[in-house]
Amino acid sequence: MKIFQRLVPWILLAIALFILPAALDDFRLNLFGRYFALSITALAIDLIWGFTGLLSLGQGIFFALGGYAVAMNLMLNTKSLAGGNGIPKFFENYGVDQLPFFWQPFWSPVFTLIAIWVIPAAVAGLVGWLIFRNRIKGVYFSIITQAALMVFFHFFNGQQKLFDGTNGLKTSTTELFGQLVGSPDMQVWFYRLTVLLLPLAFLVCRYFTSGRFGDALIAIRDDESRLRFAGFNPVPFKTIVFLVAGALCGISGALYTIQSGIVSPQYMSISFSIEMVIWVAVGGRGTLVGPIIGATVVNYLRSLVSEALPEAWLFVQGALFIFVVVLMPDGIYGWITKGGFRTFLAAFGIAKKAKTYPQLDKEAIPVD
Amino acid sequence: MELFFSQILDGLSIGSVLLLAATGLAIVFGLMGVINLAHGEFMMLGAYVTYVVQSAFKPMGGVIFELYFPVSLVLAFIVTGLIGVLLERTLIRKLYGRPLETLLATWGVSLILIQLIRSVSTAMMLGIIVGVVVGFLLSKLLGAKFSEKPFFTYLNGLGWAVAIGIGLVAVNLFDQARPLSKAWFGPRNIDVTAPKWLQGSWGMIGTIELPGLRIFIILLSALLLLATFWFLNKSVWGLRIRAVTQNRQMSNCLGIPTDRVDSITFGIGSGLAGVAGCAITLLGSVGPNLGAAYIVSCFMVIVLGGVGNLLGTVLASLLLGIIQSVIGSGTLLTIFPDMPLAAKGVIEFFATTSMSLVLVFIFIIVFLQFRPNGMFPQKGRSVDA
Repeated sequence: MKIFQRLVPWILLAIALFILPAALDDFRLNLFGRYFALSITALAIDLIWGFTGLLSLGQGIFFALGGYAVAMNLMLNTKSLAGGNGIPKFFENYGVDQLPFFWQPFWSPVFTLIAIWVIPAAVAGLVGWLIFRNRIKGVYFSIITQAALMVFFHFFNGQQKLFDGTNGLKTSTTELFGQLVGSPDMQVWFYRLTVLLLPLAFLVCRYFTSGRFGDALIAIRDDESRLRFAGFNPVPFKTIVFLVAGALCGISGALYTIQSGIVSPQYMSISFSIEMVIWVAVGGRGTLVGPIIGATVVNYLRSLVSEALPEAWLFVQGALFIFVVVLMPDGIYGWITKGGFRTFLAAFGIAKKAKTYPQLDKEAIPVD
Repeated sequence: MELFFSQILDGLSIGSVLLLAATGLAIVFGLMGVINLAHGEFMMLGAYVTYVVQSAFKPMGGVIFELYFPVSLVLAFIVTGLIGVLLERTLIRKLYGRPLETLLATWGVSLILIQLIRSVSTAMMLGIIVGVVVGFLLSKLLGAKFSEKPFFTYLNGLGWAVAIGIGLVAVNLFDQARPLSKAWFGPRNIDVTAPKWLQGSWGMIGTIELPGLRIFIILLSALLLLATFWFLNKSVWGLRIRAVTQNRQMSNCLGIPTDRVDSITFGIGSGLAGVAGCAITLLGSVGPNLGAAYIVSCFMVIVLGGVGNLLGTVLASLLLGIIQSVIGSGTLLTIFPDMPLAAKGVIEFFATTSMSLVLVFIFIIVFLQFRPNGMFPQKGRSVDA
């Protein structure tokens, strides 16, 4: 059993790396690449919500920042998209003839690779620190992050001269290493990159949630005041974990952007950011496997429902929110690991009831 | 200067709509500690109630039609209030003490409400009724027979799943009939024409015209605010609401029916949102996505004003309304044409409705650095107060 458990992640990784690309057509493979990219965001949200109890409704900010960073670099380095001044063509539509100053460093691929996670992390760190140092928490924190999201959305949406506004930046027509980013060959490589980065993100999250740091996070979630009375200052913990989550979201956004072919202010819409939270809730928060399951399952469901009945998706999504929160607070993974399946069988007399002390059962903390 | 005053008036009227909506949100938040993300959708429902009432009054014409607006105000309050009570009884109560989960569940409700308004038709309504009736019947029947069995929960869930399936089949069957399948509102925006007595001006102060619509909205919200204030401070139920807001457990011990207090407060909060939606129809066309535009501003009002204090809500919403309208329209530039270049650049940068929101947010974040609990923080000895 132990050896089997050890082997499971490697088997899954091998399936994702070798079997899925062979079994699926280009379109489906690309979809799965996107799901895995979104799973990284789900992991980040789990880190701050599932473990630290900070429900951020604004992770779309960091997601989109990562996406914009990679899109800006790709646009600058594509000759065919350049207008008269050697800068991207869309600038001409708004009468801009000089590259805005903050676009300049994105000529460099090295800078971009760093910016993808450093810029979101810096923004997250700053916003987080400003909020946490005032002991703003709970619902207040949620609605402030949502307001921040709205602000960033309006900024990117309204500033056509800087980011092409609502149209967003298209990456599918850009070139990388002399190849079209939107071409099937490139997409397979991006898929493989995503599959390799997802376990890395998982390990990062495991590093932060285990040991003393992870204990502090769980203590903040369960009773922050008591932690403070015990002599801890929760602010640095919360800021650091929020910053790490921001960086992960940035990476996830960059991966998603190159696979979906566009980054637009829609990535910062209010609904998208709340959706991210529900991936975690469906999969199982407070566990590290749950968010990956949740992001993949919910997004797969989404594409199935949207293909069949586009108007029905909002109904299904709304029902999913209510169902998970009311009836399945531990999510899919939590339900299984907490013996939900066994209880289910036991109710019909098929399996024996698990013998546990009720108090212990109630207080069990999901351990990954 | 006239322009400036008319902008201030604009800001005041937007601020008073915000005020109506935010008051409802703030009372509920103060009492139960939950934020209702479907609050914006209650405003939307209020707006659609107004539209329905207007359509019903249209054939009567003449003087009676002019009276549709007061009727729709009352109806909007009652309808959204009742839906609010229903929501509290069925869903929010189940999540008591878990504010973050409530946030997510109410978001689910808001999604369903938006799509419902977009695609509701007679066929769909009938299907929903069939589904709910079948569901309750099944649940009753199964409960009578198996309620003692350990697998009852799962069986009940199965029963409801069957009921939903039957409801879906019913919708499809009803859809076959042409007149039933026509959507009531559709996804497009709807327009409500303001009654004649609200259009045009209501006299002048000096050289400044008083536009009837704006003045009416300001008066309406002032009146409702006074009513709310009176209700909270002078009526028996208001006393109970305040008691539960201060200390839920102690109130419970003293025999105050806290669950009924919750329902009533939630109903009133939702009803106020409905009236706000009613007022919004006077300001322009409305659509299913109306809620999203206002809800974030309402949040900012709550964050800025602090909880459980009507005065804070009033000041914050009027302030936000005026900032948005004065800066967003760029009026400052026309009034003070010869200000320094740097300031001019900054103001031009923020001179759109959406960019003024950016400015408001920066202002709030800075403000919170000095007063983390809003303008009028609640005093208390609890750590988390």
